[in-house]
Amino acid sequence: MEDLGLWVIPLAILGGAIRVSTPFLFVSLGEVLTERSGRINLGLEGTLVFGAMSAYAIAYLTGSPWLGVLAAAAGGAVFGLIHGLICWLPRVNDIAVGIAMMILGMGLAFYFGKPYVQPVAPDLPSISFGWWSDVPQVKAALRVNVLFLIGAVLAFAMWWMFRATKVGLVIRVVGDSTDAARAMGLRPALIRTLATAAGGAFAGVGGAYLSLFYPGSWNEGISSGQGLMAVALVIFARWNAVACFGAALLFGGAGALGPTLQSVGVSEGYYLFFAAPYVLTLGVLIATSSPTRAMTGAPGELSITK
Amino acid sequence: MTDQTASTPLVTPSPNGFLGMLARRSEAVILPLAALLVGFAVFSIFLLLQGKSPTEFFALTYRAGFGTAFSWQNTLSRTAPLLFAALCVALPARLGLVVIGGEGAIVLGGVAAGAMGALLAQSSGLIAVPMMVASAMIVGGLWIGSVGALRYYRGVNETIASLLMAYIAIALMNHLVEGPLRDPASLNKPSTAPLADNLRVGDIPGWEVHWGLAFAVLCCVLAWVLIEKTTWGFAARIAGGNMRAAQVQGLPVGRLIVGFTALGGALAGLAGYFEVTAVHGAANASLATGYGYTGILIAFLARHNPLAIIPVAILLAGFEASSGLIQRRMDLPDATTLVLQGFVFISILMSDTLYGRFKVFAPERWRSA
Repeated sequence: MEDLGLWVIPLAILGGAIRVSTPFLFVSLGEVLTERSGRINLGLEGTLVFGAMSAYAIAYLTGSPWLGVLAAAAGGAVFGLIHGLICWLPRVNDIAVGIAMMILGMGLAFYFGKPYVQPVAPDLPSISFGWWSDVPQVKAALRVNVLFLIGAVLAFAMWWMFRATKVGLVIRVVGDSTDAARAMGLRPALIRTLATAAGGAFAGVGGAYLSLFYPGSWNEGISSGQGLMAVALVIFARWNAVACFGAALLFGGAGALGPTLQSVGVSEGYYLFFAAPYVLTLGVLIATSSPTRAMTGAPGELSITK
Repeated sequence: MTDQTASTPLVTPSPNGFLGMLARRSEAVILPLAALLVGFAVFSIFLLLQGKSPTEFFALTYRAGFGTAFSWQNTLSRTAPLLFAALCVALPARLGLVVIGGEGAIVLGGVAAGAMGALLAQSSGLIAVPMMVASAMIVGGLWIGSVGALRYYRGVNETIASLLMAYIAIALMNHLVEGPLRDPASLNKPSTAPLADNLRVGDIPGWEVHWGLAFAVLCCVLAWVLIEKTTWGFAARIAGGNMRAAQVQGLPVGRLIVGFTALGGALAGLAGYFEVTAVHGAANASLATGYGYTGILIAFLARHNPLAIIPVAILLAGFEASSGLIQRRMDLPDATTLVLQGFVFISILMSDTLYGRFKVFAPERWRSA
């Protein structure tokens, strides 16, 4: 190791932020899409885990990681579709359905994923942006996965979609007022269901990243609440896709804190650093929520902010 | 939907006497039971698609969960923490809150009880036992009570906050059990110091099921009395129906929310106390076995009625007790129970849409048929 001194830590956190943030990014983009249509899907944690399992299994069986990503997206869309269809029924609580879908998604993932804990599936490719440096830590930090880049592009594309396209406007109208949407001749339940299905597909891809790149294996502990944190992150990002990108990087950095400190030999309080992303999420939720005034940017029909 | 509520007055005198009352009451029993059966049916189809026999599954569940005195013991020992965990969901639910992080209070309540037991190892049980119970309940109550406080005073969504805090609680437990509170003698499985015999909780005489079950059932009855028969419970139900209206009426909504969430958390902490003192003998990672999550499903199946929680918890405890045998006999993964729970959960939530749709349950609409 070259003598980088304490520079190792911020460097590793930067690299970690890029590596760890991708699942947060995809899940939160999916949730932005769903919540902007006026519905909340808390089940994305289950979708993330199921996406991780299906991507790993398909990549292993076909030898192609991209087919795995596709399978994860399809599986996630099905989960989102089921959530959306159930919430179509009157008087059914979307938050509770999310909890049930979380349990079902994890159950199905662990059930079908059992045979794939041992085999090794091919990884997703990544691009090295650290060619200019001969410091190995810099090279490692700048090895960026293709999905991260796709996610970054999607974040800006979604921001633009909500700002400047008809589809974006339709989703926003449905999310802000069911009555106004009906008056315009739109079908709110249908649009919400489609938005939830699309959001589920995003979360599935986030799961594919977990099992096919970082940490890059499939096991039952692959996600511990990252799908849930991503849902909280959407509130922090004020339902803005580009802000989600920044928030995902921040959370990725927090998630990288524990492993980084462990790698430089700090073992004291390891579990507490492990809790850093949860504490950060909670702190951010407390700081950005408000009991009195409606949150700026919140879709009017969203059950959690009403 | 608005038309429907307008045409049925909220309070109607039952015109058909006893039969009418029976019809009205039975809606809350028959619909959840039907939803449970639908969940089982979907799960059976799932098993058939895997080439497994649903009949064998349910027969084995019956045998290993309810078939013999031994299996009843196994089931009932698992029932106690599930009852407490379900109350931790059901009490806040009366105020319209969906608190799903009971697991955190169970885990930290258990650690508090274990730590207090280790600290007071030299003192008499008369002092140590109440201190252990109190510390478990206070820690659990503060943990979930703060979720309620965050909800009321800061507007933080209680569902997300409570689940995040469950993850934080498990990390805290790992830190404490592997660090400051670790008994140096526990090599393979880091634990707090083993409890002295006089601090451990034994079995109900003649039952071979620990006392936790009796206390949990008692707590369910008390919770039912609190909700149905006291002013506080009445106020909580009003606030759960319409929080703004309750505030306008001058009800202490903030205190109700903090109080009910704290009470739920204290009971979940008690689950941790009994797990440590009656089952494990010390606090360690075995505390986080997912009782808190199964409790969510139980509370929803029981429609947040503390008395209905008792039979539902026994049923689900039976499924958990039989999962080992089913794994071995039918070569199914341990996640099978989770899949079953998922199907049942979705089915029960979908049944919410059916309330008020059937004339059979509404005596005032019988004559117009």
